[in-house]
Amino acid sequence: MEMLWFWLVSVMVAIYVVMDGFDFGAGILHLVVAKTNEERREVLGAIGPLWDGNEVWLLAGGGSMFLAFPKVLASGFSGFYLAIWLVVWCLMARGISIEFRSHLEDGLWRHFWDGAFAFSSVLLPILFGAALGNVLRGVPVDGSGYFEMALWTNFRQGPQPGILDWYTVLIGVFALVTVAGHGALFLAWKTEGAVHDRAKGLGMKLWGAVLVLWIVASYATSAVNPGIFHRLPQAPLGWVASLIFLAGLGLVFVGLKRERFLLAFLGSGAFILGLLAASAACVYPVMLRSTLDPQFDLTALNASVGAHGLRAGLVWWLIGFPIAIGYLTFLFRFHRGKVKAAAEGEGY
Amino acid sequence: MGDPLFWHRLQFGFTATYHYLFPQLTMGLALVIVVLKAMGLRTGEARYNDAARFWIKIFGINFAVGVVTGIPLEFQFGTNWAAFSRFSGGIIGQTLGMEGMFAFFLESSFLGMLIWGEKRLSPKGHFGAALALWIGSWLSGYFIIATNAFMQHPVGYTHAADGSLQLASFWAFVLNPWALGQYAHNMIASVVTASFVVAAIGAYWTLKGIHPVQARLNLRAGTIMGLVFSVLVAFPTGDISGKLVAKYQPITLAAMEGRFESGPRANLTLVGQPNVAQRRIENPIQLPAVLSFIAYGSFSSNVKGLLEFPEDQWPQNIELLYYSFHIMAGLGTIMIAIMGLAALLLWKSRLDTARPMLWVLMLAFPFPYIATAAGWAVAEFGRQPWLIYGLLRTLHGGSPTVNAGHTAFTTLGFAGIFVVLSVLWLFLIGREIAHGPVSHSQKA
Repeated sequence: MEMLWFWLVSVMVAIYVVMDGFDFGAGILHLVVAKTNEERREVLGAIGPLWDGNEVWLLAGGGSMFLAFPKVLASGFSGFYLAIWLVVWCLMARGISIEFRSHLEDGLWRHFWDGAFAFSSVLLPILFGAALGNVLRGVPVDGSGYFEMALWTNFRQGPQPGILDWYTVLIGVFALVTVAGHGALFLAWKTEGAVHDRAKGLGMKLWGAVLVLWIVASYATSAVNPGIFHRLPQAPLGWVASLIFLAGLGLVFVGLKRERFLLAFLGSGAFILGLLAASAACVYPVMLRSTLDPQFDLTALNASVGAHGLRAGLVWWLIGFPIAIGYLTFLFRFHRGKVKAAAEGEGY
Repeated sequence: MGDPLFWHRLQFGFTATYHYLFPQLTMGLALVIVVLKAMGLRTGEARYNDAARFWIKIFGINFAVGVVTGIPLEFQFGTNWAAFSRFSGGIIGQTLGMEGMFAFFLESSFLGMLIWGEKRLSPKGHFGAALALWIGSWLSGYFIIATNAFMQHPVGYTHAADGSLQLASFWAFVLNPWALGQYAHNMIASVVTASFVVAAIGAYWTLKGIHPVQARLNLRAGTIMGLVFSVLVAFPTGDISGKLVAKYQPITLAAMEGRFESGPRANLTLVGQPNVAQRRIENPIQLPAVLSFIAYGSFSSNVKGLLEFPEDQWPQNIELLYYSFHIMAGLGTIMIAIMGLAALLLWKSRLDTARPMLWVLMLAFPFPYIATAAGWAVAEFGRQPWLIYGLLRTLHGGSPTVNAGHTAFTTLGFAGIFVVLSVLWLFLIGREIAHGPVSHSQKA
């Protein structure tokens, strides 16, 4: 049961990254791919009806972790205190930028929100990537089950690493480039004209960079956490996940080459989903690795709640998850086809 | 102020109170919009859809601010209240998880369709979007109230070997009697809020002599709903809430009333200032034996005073608790009076020309906001010194690794963000009110 919940939480978080990832990507790129007000509204029109639902995966994933592994949530959130609040403030700025930008037909007003949207969209994946980096590298959890970390120390590995060190920043940059690429493919799929052309051109370059950074990041991960990949060959789910991300990566390039952008976008989604699932398979059952002593690791087994809570949660999860997927399908069907900028006074 | 707990409490209280200003309106407004859209469908009259269109704009701005100010609350459980989360996450994680799964997905999926979809959707489809937002927001309300109710009156739990709480009965937890009473009271209060806001806009337009059709419609709708729900918020739901407090938190009841001595035929204090050091109420104006009746249904019931309980179980902020309760109850009474008088004038067909009454209606819309904030202050100050009543003291709930420097920083950060949000909100809402209702024929 604990194992099942480990995977449920991992999958929810991975879906969150795939879903919010493409609207982060749109935010990272919009100043570059969309030059005029019309073009910016095309980008916002593509993600406007979806971003809020995408963000719900974070809350739903966090809620699942809360109910199944409250010790991990308590330790991680309080340990990453300042980083978490930077994330939250960026999420707030982003939401307001998207929702309020087009309320006023005023150039300065719109420039301001465009800038806020881009800034928060760049910072968020770096911070989320760094969070993943911390999970892979490990944090100084002690016998109390808690840890305390500065936002940064000297950017080196060592007994007192910061939340940001060279490794976690590297993973952050990898995440930034990956979701930018993911967003480029989404925009190439959903838009036409100049935005489409620019997104397509950037997509090629970004995915080339993803390939390079992926190799560097994998090598760096095995350097800071030796043996992390040893578990992979023995875990059947790790194999499945690896196949998914490799196939996704292939699809990205095939899709880009053949100008089948939906295919490429699904490929980048599979790449992100598979990579995160493979990472989860590598660390399973550890959720927060202790850099001090393996006996302090918070794992799916020693940090989970009792059986009744897990069973009750599973029942409603099995009802709620298909409903959520149903809404998602409905939304994408409702907004199918290429996006047009909405008329003034309407839409995002 | 060097104590992190002070900052944790200030931050949660401040961010939660600020956040709730927005859902408090949108939950009630969602119901108003559903009613207006339903009337539009039934009668085919444009004025209902025109009114709905205006309120959907107001709803959209409030909803956006509600979403972004709500995110920090979910995170604070983990960041600032780690010990509390570790202790009770196995239980309250259930409702917080369900809120995401069953309420937030529903709301976020249909929000865009409600706000921007009127032209693209059929009238029935647009009504459906309104219905989805109403159901979603009221479900969300339930999950949060059920979470809070567990902290007020924990049920359905057992202790694990390590001392933390585990879910013993899902249904006992979800159908906590405290949650049912508190939910009814709270949701009706949010409809009261929406009614006062709708009536205020109707009164404003009537006084200015603009948008006559919409002014009348809003004034009527706001007044009728306002009267019905202002009464319901006091009786039966406020009464039920009071009896729950009397039954499960008798110390809180005593502190709410500033009652130190026990005894039958307990007086209800209308006005007075608690002097905790001297253990008495100063300058009291009291109704004899009414508190006994409200709390236990009989004038002769004994209502225990604070002195009957050990002092380390008293709420720490007795003065604030006392005033919060009296502000809530006092404003509740005033609101019934305002809406009663307005409804009487409406019935006599004199409301449209009764300028003093219109002035009152236009200016009274803050009352439900103040009363609701005060009501939540009663619930939360009244729960002290416990974080989970009888099980975990607030003193032991904070994050052990977070220091005052961290929380002071983030609390100040929120103060800044909320100032900016408030200015933006005022500006955008002001513009929408200045634009007024847009009818479809004008819209081009």
